[in-house]
Order: sequence, then structure tokens, then C-alpha cells
Amino acid sequence: MKELDITELERKFQEKIDNEIRIEPNDWMPDAYRKTLIRQISQHAHSEVVGMLPEGNWITRAPNLRRKAVLLAKVQDEAGHGLYLYSAVETLGADREETIDDLHTGKAKYSSIFNYPTLTWADMGAIGWLVDGAAIMNQVPLCRCSYGPYARAMVRVCKEESFHQRQGFEIMTKLAQGTPEQKAMAQDALNRFWWPALMMFGPNDADSPHTAQSMKWKIKRHTNDELRQQFVDITVPQAEMIGLTVPDPDLKWNAETGHYEFGEINWDEFWQVVSGNGPCNKDRVDARRKAKEDGSWVREAANAYAEKRKARKAS
Amino acid sequence: MTKKEWPLWEVFIRSKQGLNHKHVGSLRAADEVMAIENARDVYTRRSEGVSIWVVESKNIFASDPSDADALFEPANSKVYRHPTFYDVPDGIEHM
Repeated sequence: MKELDITELERKFQEKIDNEIRIEPNDWMPDAYRKTLIRQISQHAHSEVVGMLPEGNWITRAPNLRRKAVLLAKVQDEAGHGLYLYSAVETLGADREETIDDLHTGKAKYSSIFNYPTLTWADMGAIGWLVDGAAIMNQVPLCRCSYGPYARAMVRVCKEESFHQRQGFEIMTKLAQGTPEQKAMAQDALNRFWWPALMMFGPNDADSPHTAQSMKWKIKRHTNDELRQQFVDITVPQAEMIGLTVPDPDLKWNAETGHYEFGEINWDEFWQVVSGNGPCNKDRVDARRKAKEDGSWVREAANAYAEKRKARKAS
Repeated sequence: MTKKEWPLWEVFIRSKQGLNHKHVGSLRAADEVMAIENARDVYTRRSEGVSIWVVESKNIFASDPSDADALFEPANSKVYRHPTFYDVPDGIEHM
């Protein structure tokens, strides 16, 4: 294509974005837009799927049948969310199997929060409350993302996700009202997940080179720091309400700005975990790789069964 | 070992009797029966439907977005196809 044509196509594309007209799979889009979306949506899909592992760890040890049924339903939802998102990636022309293999080779990333271990039952509470809470804060604006299939997947995900946060908060509340040991367990989970939850929003705006372009394309609607601040403002009073302490000595309310001020995030730790050196990175990817290998006979059997059924129908 | 990827299916759900089936997304499955089973797990975990259609994605023919003007623009000038185009005198009811 001539360079002039591309400039004109790009101008029209941006005009549509500026006018809040959604982009659909067969519409023309700049290569960089397509690549950004493939990267972002596949990372999002991987996060949903890897996110099943820390919670799957506690399904057999849930304290009662109600908690077990709830946790099972939540983990099943995460699988579903992964599937919606892999389908959305496919609409951009990405190969599904290659996308999944990119996770297994370490080429593709997923949310660093899932590289932390789940040591006690209270971690199920902390994850639902904080991790799903942070995810919702990220995902609600994505319901208005300029790419139609991603936005539609997000609408579905957000509808399902709010129960995840509530069940987590319920677990934390019950523990916080329990015996001193139970309350200590809840506080310990909050201590371990608070900072990693804040890291979920990504680097500070000054260190986030893609943000400006993503906002221009309306893939992103708010910066990392805006969303993080919103999360802190909403979550701190919830912790106070159930008698738990946010593990940040610098945390204080600023009546003038109407926001909480909070301490410096340990970005060294963030980059270490992102680059593969978190406590569970290897376990998580190994588990996914094993799941794919162990499941391959099922996929083949399904194909064989489909062939057989087709042959029987034809005869 | 065969490395045959399951085909892609588009899923349509009727949310309740009396409404039409609506596209909700896609999934992969080895055949149409398994596609329905998977669609039930992926798209109706919260009573979203009473009926499912699946269509293999390769069987869907779509209009070309670059033809949109030619296809749909002509209707824009035909405002007389809408009831609001007509003046109804005061005092006339039930029309």
C-alpha cells in the first residue's frame, strides 16, 4: 500500500476512535494497534488462567462446603474469563495455540500477583477482596475499550467478577471477627497481599511508556497511578471497617486533596517478579505446561470421537 | 501425535422464550455436540439462556466493512420510511 493511503487510513481510524466508534475485527487498524491489543488481551487471558492456580490450591481444604462451592464457582469463572479473552485474541488474527505456547515459553507475561504463594485460608479472602478488587478497577474502564470484542468480553467479566470480591471480603470479615488467631491470620494475609495488589496497576506513569499511546487509542482510559489511587481510596476504609491495619506506616488521609497519601512501592521487587524471579514463577508456568501436556490425549480423543460420530451419521 | 486444533464455533443464546438468539462469543470444540456442551459451560453459568445455537465460524459470511457506505448509506436519505416523517393534524388520534 502506498504511504499516502496509510496516512489517510490512520487519520480515519483515529477519527473513529475520537468519535467513540468501536473498532470491529474486520475493520482496518494500524499494525501497532493490533499488536498492542494482541499483547494486552493475551496477557490478560493468561492472567485469568494462571490466576486459577493460587486459589485451586485451597479448594480441597476449604473450611466448609459453602466456602468450597463458592471457591469452585470462582475458579470456574476464571477459566471462563480466560476463554472469553482467548477468543477475543483470535479475532485479531492471532493463533490460539501459539498464544498459549507463548505463556509456556515465557515469551508472554501475566499479572505478577499470581507469582505469590497462598499460605493460609485467609489468602483466599485477601485475593478475592484485594486482587479481584484491583482487577475490577482495571477492567471496568476496559468495558469502554475501543476494540469491540475486548470491550464485550470485559462487560461479561465485570458482571461476574463482583461476586468474587464480595466473597473474599466476606472471608476476611469473618476471620477478623473470629478468634485472636483467626484475626491474626487475616491481618497476615493483608500484610502479604497489600503491596503486590498495588503493584497490579503497573509502573508509575513516568515509567509507563505505552500509556500515552494506549490512551490516545482509547484502549486505556485512566493511567496506572490514577487507578492505583482510586483503589487505595476505596480500600483503606474497608480495612478500617473490619478492624484490620493496612501495612503502610506512611499512609495518611489528606483532607485537602481528598485522597490518601501512601508509601513508596518497592519497584525492585516488582521488576524482579515480572522478570521471572518471584516466589512462584517457575511453579506457575510448570503447572500450565503440565496441564497442556497431560490434557493432550483428551483433545485427541475428542477429535477421534468427533470423527467416529461423523462417520456413523454418514453411514 | 496428531496436532489438529479443534474448529472455532460462534455461539448464539436465546436468553428466554420469546426472544431471538443473540451472538455471545465463540469457542473451540471438536464437533457441534461438544460445542453445545462447551457453550453451556462457558456462556450460561448464571442462567443466561434456555437455548443454544452453534455455527462453525468458517460457515459465516460477513459483509465487508469497506462496503458499508454502499450498502447502508442509501437508507439514510429515505426518511419517509419512518412514521415521524409525516404530519398528523391536531385532533387525529390512534394513528
